Amino acid sequence: MNLQNITLVSFGYFEKDLLEKTAEAVRQEFHGIVNVREGHIDLSEFYDPARRQYNGNGLLKQVDALSFPDTIKTLGLFNVDLFIPILTFIFGQAFLGGRTGIASLYRFSNERYGMTGNELLMLDRFKKEVIHELGHTFGLIHCHNPTCVMRSSTYVEDIDQKEQQFCLHCRGNLETLTGGFLAE
Amino acid sequence: MAKKISILVVDDEESVRDSLYSWFIEDGYRVECAENAKKALTILESDQFDIVLADIKMPGMDGLEMLRRIKAHKHDSIVIVMTAFATVDTAVKALKDGAFDYVTKPFDPDDLTHLIRNATKQISLAEENETLKQKVVTLENVEDLIGNSDAMKNVLREVESVAQTNSSVIITGESGTGKELVARAIHANSPRKFFPFVSVHCGALTESLLESELFGHEKGAFTGAMYNRKGRFEMADSGSIFLDEIATISTKMQVELLRVLESKTFIRVGGNKEISSDFRVICATNKDLKNMVEKGLFREDLFYRLNVVNIHIPPLRNRIEDIPLLVDYFIRKYCTSMNKPPIPIDQAAMNRLQEFNFPGNIRELENMIERAIVVGDGKKIRLKDLPLEKTILTTSAESLDDFEKTFILQILTKYNWNISRTAKALKVDRVTLYHKIKKYDLKPADQQ
Repeated sequence: MNLQNITLVSFGYFEKDLLEKTAEAVRQEFHGIVNVREGHIDLSEFYDPARRQYNGNGLLKQVDALSFPDTIKTLGLFNVDLFIPILTFIFGQAFLGGRTGIASLYRFSNERYGMTGNELLMLDRFKKEVIHELGHTFGLIHCHNPTCVMRSSTYVEDIDQKEQQFCLHCRGNLETLTGGFLAE
Repeated sequence: MAKKISILVVDDEESVRDSLYSWFIEDGYRVECAENAKKALTILESDQFDIVLADIKMPGMDGLEMLRRIKAHKHDSIVIVMTAFATVDTAVKALKDGAFDYVTKPFDPDDLTHLIRNATKQISLAEENETLKQKVVTLENVEDLIGNSDAMKNVLREVESVAQTNSSVIITGESGTGKELVARAIHANSPRKFFPFVSVHCGALTESLLESELFGHEKGAFTGAMYNRKGRFEMADSGSIFLDEIATISTKMQVELLRVLESKTFIRVGGNKEISSDFRVICATNKDLKNMVEKGLFREDLFYRLNVVNIHIPPLRNRIEDIPLLVDYFIRKYCTSMNKPPIPIDQAAMNRLQEFNFPGNIRELENMIERAIVVGDGKKIRLKDLPLEKTILTTSAESLDDFEKTFILQILTKYNWNISRTAKALKVDRVTLYHKIKKYDLKPADQQ
């Protein structure tokens, strides 16, 4: 059994190209096998009509309950507006050092901010968020390096400031946390 | 390596606790959660947290009550309160009770980040402040406490050792020996030095005035009390209160004082709210309190409460070796304040000062030097500039001859060795005066 597999599970409609490019970015950063699957969840269960958003905590638990063979980490991909009770929105979240995370594409398109659409920028943001949340599942915490993908981002503009790679410090931590299997 | 900031999340909603827990853990903080205020207070008894993030509305004890209890236990705790229903009243109440900030749920991720960043900044500033305070401890001196005598060195040693404690101190010594200076030195070298040193001269106030002075009063407490007024105990919060002439306070005030010292709480005159204040008490007296206790004039329990440490300042006549140092210090002090260059003192004047018994102690010496600088010629302090003639009887003359010698020399000095004027002042003829000068081998100061 190959325990190095990372599975990206899409819930809802995603462009195939976007999923492939995201998977490729994850592959490059984690040096592992990355599978992309389609998942099905009744999202209405997690919809909060008062906030008109989807409960991120509930979705994270739901994805965590799914099991995929040969998979060490699972990341649920959504295209809905996520929230957690204490915060007005989240881009994604994960169990620190756990096996599951979620990320949403919803707030990454420029149009949501009254700006001209930019597919490439949206893809870049999504890739960074997916890698960031996967980093948490491997036990990485937020990094103070402004260009590290593990830098905390509360606005999309913050995401644009960072790279989609781990800084040397976080990469070192990642290798320690994973027992070195990510090292090429 | 920087210290890991710790956060205690207190909220009755599990989802809120979990969300905040995950968020803070991902940010690298140490986090613990409590589902109610009671549990949070129990956790805080055994563990310390840099930041407490608490919901206001919780079943049982609410967040505001918890805030008050946390602050009473550790006044510099950083407590941030959260609420789902923000009202100006609760916000003001929370901030008045010492909350660091106040936020409405749910908040933007960026607000949460900023909130914690600000609190973290506050913590590091407080730590930096503490470090700096500890660094300057070694720089603190007691420059106003002058003396190289064994007696004075002993006082300085006692000041140094007692300063670091919180014990009550009684400073005894004759009037004018510098009891307040010693009290200030204790305060200036104590961990309380960045907080007020409040001085109260108990002997100068009537019983009712002293009560109002110490405890403060509420508006309308008595005729003329138009506004609320803070008492000295309240003003001395975190600092030291110096009660001078403690032996003069009435029996009623002794009872009040004992109660305040034991509970560190009091009520303003005309008020009903209990106020607490964390002060250190330093007292001074020129009376023998032990003797007063034996005679029933001073409460024994109060005496023992105050007399944890006793520092006795010897009178100046018992440490005459300190007089030159003190004279030099006062010359520099007053010449500087009068914008004059420091002037020397005539040896005869210094000798005479060392013979004098100074019933008024250092205060008397200080006044003499100040006067001499004012009335003198500005070049040198001479014997004639010192007001010693009226107190000649207090010199150390042991025989009639000694006394006569000292007295004649003083009058000669006063009249600049003008024989006729001196003889006239002494009501003797010039021949008799010459005879006495020869007999006692008297010479002008500059020829000695």
